[in-house]
Amino acid sequence: MLDRPEASSLIEMRDVGKRFANGTVAIRDMSLTIKDGEFVSFLGPSGCGKSTALKMISGLLSVSGGQLAVNGHPPGQGRDSADIGFVFQDATLMPWATVFDNVYLPLKLSGRSRAEARSRVEEALAMVGLANFAKAYPRELSGGMKMRVSIARAMVTRPKLLLMDEPFAALDEMTRAKLNDEVLSLWRSHGLTVIFVTHSVFESVYLSSRVVVMAARPGRVVHDIPLPGGYPRDASYRMTPEYTENCRLVSNALEGTMDHVELNH
Amino acid sequence: MSSSTIDAGNNAMPDPQQTDPRILRERKERRLRIIMPISTILLALGLWEFLVWYNEVPHYLIPAPSLIAKTLVQDWASLMQSAAFTVKLTLMSLALAIIGGVALGMLFALSRPLEMSLFPFAVIMQVTPVIAIAPLILIYVSNTFVALLICAWIVAFFPILSNTAIGLRSADHNLRDLFRLYQATPWQRLRHLLIPSALPYFMAALKIAGGLALIGAVVAEFVAGTAGQNTGLASRILESSFRNEIPRMFAALFLVSLLGVVIFLITSWLSRAVLGHWHESEIKREG
Repeated sequence: MLDRPEASSLIEMRDVGKRFANGTVAIRDMSLTIKDGEFVSFLGPSGCGKSTALKMISGLLSVSGGQLAVNGHPPGQGRDSADIGFVFQDATLMPWATVFDNVYLPLKLSGRSRAEARSRVEEALAMVGLANFAKAYPRELSGGMKMRVSIARAMVTRPKLLLMDEPFAALDEMTRAKLNDEVLSLWRSHGLTVIFVTHSVFESVYLSSRVVVMAARPGRVVHDIPLPGGYPRDASYRMTPEYTENCRLVSNALEGTMDHVELNH
Repeated sequence: MSSSTIDAGNNAMPDPQQTDPRILRERKERRLRIIMPISTILLALGLWEFLVWYNEVPHYLIPAPSLIAKTLVQDWASLMQSAAFTVKLTLMSLALAIIGGVALGMLFALSRPLEMSLFPFAVIMQVTPVIAIAPLILIYVSNTFVALLICAWIVAFFPILSNTAIGLRSADHNLRDLFRLYQATPWQRLRHLLIPSALPYFMAALKIAGGLALIGAVVAEFVAGTAGQNTGLASRILESSFRNEIPRMFAALFLVSLLGVVIFLITSWLSRAVLGHWHESEIKREG
């Protein structure tokens, strides 16, 4: 993945801006190239436009200035809906449907019958360790398990690009660490490109091969820090001097944005 | 988290067949839930019977429950005919209210301008007491049954309309995004997202509308009086009151109440059957 010498660029952003109808400038002049196989974190304080950027890449929000291309196309156009998986901050499951039916949804919407989709759904559930819970309803699951279902649903179409919008922010520390490892192993074993929005320095440093630090008012990129070392990473990576040093580096970069926010107040 | 949370650690689902004390306690509570109200009602009837007998209250003022039961048996055939009429009126108006309310509710959910222009009419229909418009409807519509049907429909229609429109708009916005991301067709969105999200609202409206349809039917019958050949329970009450046949009045009243209770039980059961496996309002919590 990372060591592929000439990975092609998957996402190209040139001076991308987003202005909402009420006049708020959520993002100004964001330029970024994300290559195939990268694990990129968008890190920043709330209001820095990191979720907005993610939604523009997914095609859920329109771009109001500049150019944005995903796989050579404007987002939301000329693509197969199966190419992108999206994980929201909340698990966002349908409470009336079983775990199986929740994971089956993307395939159902693309017109595949239950019988056709069965093996794919079971594979996705096994991927997140929920093979035995296909018949359970979301209300019967803990927060971490709901999030796993949500990841299985994003993975069931076998996407190339996985977009995650602060997915573990509401979970306890231990569940979060476990899910971080699961996302890392999915990324490695499936050759994914992941964009991971977070406001946790530690999470971004542990997971990503590159941290994009953003600042608020208006949302923009202030630092772009490559952290390619240490893969495959596991809990022991947190004990290495490299990890500590990276955390310090990213923390300092983030600190700068926080000062700026305070000056703006 | 509720106590029914399954942990990732424990792979087997808990066995529901086990006879642990909790299940036994639950069974006992279920029995009590039936026995308690029945015994209270029997006690109240006994007290009523006793007081009427003890104070020698004349039956044209307050008849004893035993006399009401006797009247019920004596007039069974004619009372049943009236009950059938009222049941038919109530059910038909409820069915029409569901069809009209859901259809218009869907249109409202699809188009804001349509809702803005038509909603005032719905509100006016709702807030004007049906008893005040019923005489007009009876004048304009020559067929009495149709006139009664319109009156009952007006009363039952509004909750269905308003809850359907709100329910269809209540889908989680992240789920809406998800459906957009996977390029769902409008029909898929309606079938797999909007309708399931609206169902709890619709079921709540159905419970209300069921009771309202009966009230509308009874009120309309009162206004129509004993005119016409087929008459419902309300006209029997009216008729008995003119003839001072108080026990028959009570017997008809009993049947009206019974009908209301049955409608309530059926709609509640339906709501539990449809929502019981997922919606908070119908989930039984342990502990």
